[in-house]
Amino acid sequence: MYYHDLAGETAVLQSFSMKVERGEFVALLGPSGCGKSTILSLAAGLLRPDSGRVLLRGEEIIAPPFHMGYMLQRDQLFPWLSVRENARLGLRVRGMLGEESQDRVETLLKACGLADFANAFPRQLSGGMRQRVALVRTLAVDPEFLLLDEPFSALDAQTRLKLADEVKLLIQAEGRAALLVSHDIAECVSMAGKVVVLSKRPARIKRVVEIELEGTPLERRGLPRFREYFDFLWKELDVHVD
Amino acid sequence: MCMSINRVSDAQQVFLRRLKRQDLLVRACRWGILLLFLALWELGAQFKWIDAFLISSPGRMLLTLKTLMESGELLRHVGVTLWEMILGFFFGTALGLLLAMALWWSNTLAKILDPYLVVLNALPKIALGPVLIVWMGSGTRAIVVMTLLISVIVTLATVLSGFLEIAPEKLTLLRAFGASKWDCLRMVVLPGSVPAIVSAIKLGIGMSWVGVIVGEFLVSKAGLGYLIVYGGQVFKLDLVMAATAILCTLAALMYAVTALFEKRVRDTRGE
Repeated sequence: MYYHDLAGETAVLQSFSMKVERGEFVALLGPSGCGKSTILSLAAGLLRPDSGRVLLRGEEIIAPPFHMGYMLQRDQLFPWLSVRENARLGLRVRGMLGEESQDRVETLLKACGLADFANAFPRQLSGGMRQRVALVRTLAVDPEFLLLDEPFSALDAQTRLKLADEVKLLIQAEGRAALLVSHDIAECVSMAGKVVVLSKRPARIKRVVEIELEGTPLERRGLPRFREYFDFLWKELDVHVD
Repeated sequence: MCMSINRVSDAQQVFLRRLKRQDLLVRACRWGILLLFLALWELGAQFKWIDAFLISSPGRMLLTLKTLMESGELLRHVGVTLWEMILGFFFGTALGLLLAMALWWSNTLAKILDPYLVVLNALPKIALGPVLIVWMGSGTRAIVVMTLLISVIVTLATVLSGFLEIAPEKLTLLRAFGASKWDCLRMVVLPGSVPAIVSAIKLGIGMSWVGVIVGEFLVSKAGLGYLIVYGGQVFKLDLVMAATAILCTLAALMYAVTALFEKRVRDTRGE
């Protein structure tokens, strides 16, 4: 996969291959600008690879697939729509806004503690609540596979921990798979079942680490082995501050 | 956040009272300035500090208006100008919106047309007056087209810059849901640009007044612009001033309507 501009072309991905199983939670950990987001865009069907293939359930992705949900760094809620209408956005785009799906949105809003704010506008909500609305919007279309592009990076530390728990719970409740992109080691270890460490650009897989920890993300952070994983990944990531 | 405060504290009451008093002062001063200005003008004319033949006076203007009103001329002229202005504004805004959508849709088209738009924007549209008269005849049509020409570029530029300010991530989000380009326009770009469209409407109204008066100066047999030019030619300054005053009032009224419209839009969008 190459990016082109006037100065020339940049190789973003080369001989890259990975797989996410049904119900699996995989984290992509890599330095900034290594091509993590490109991988997500490929998986989301927003970009087509220059060579190679991206498959979902054995079928090549040529357009944004139906069973995929994409959660961005910032909530990107539409300020002119109420919380409920924001949550329904994906359904509306796909023309799936029926009685059943509307009930689904209400259930999800309730599960995220947003039931009382359904008629509020995004401006009236805190950052954490806004990102919860974004989560509801993503889950409303009932995706089997979620792409999470650093969804907590714009939040403060406490909100981040709390939301990580909720997101993990909601995603795994119905056996969905997820691919999380992050440069936060602790976030990856606390949430994922498998961490894929990427090299600098062009991104290739440096190492795959199975995380054998039990519990919610917050509980995991308190486990003694959490530290071990963290240190190991820190070395793998080989961070240079320059 | 919705918070219901049942008991208003004393400090809050003092604050509210102060705010109300300031509001009252502002209103009183606004009207005061206008009345003082008119009063001085009238007194100046009465005591011959100024030459009322050249500068007119509020009293003489009222008298002129009364005569015009009684003959039914006033309403006809106001009606003609308003109608031309509204037509020109409507078509200018519609065309500006459509062009903005086209340029947003195709980046290539935007690049191709860019120099033409720059020149059209820089060109004083009044220079096209003679051409318009030849093409459209000396009537309402030429005036409406002049109004349209003067307002369309501003509308286009304001709306397009609004379109381009939409965060690209919002479009990415929609595309990830499988949205088409038309969906993006309909669901994000247009609703997200409502503030820009409202300011384009406000600017467009101002531009349309310019356009309609310029148009009437060039070719017309009726309208406020016609009255002003005619009054100037026959040295009836009372008529010129009276027509100008009516124009001011109409523009102010239309501004008030726009402000009300803007408030309505903001309220429904929770802004």
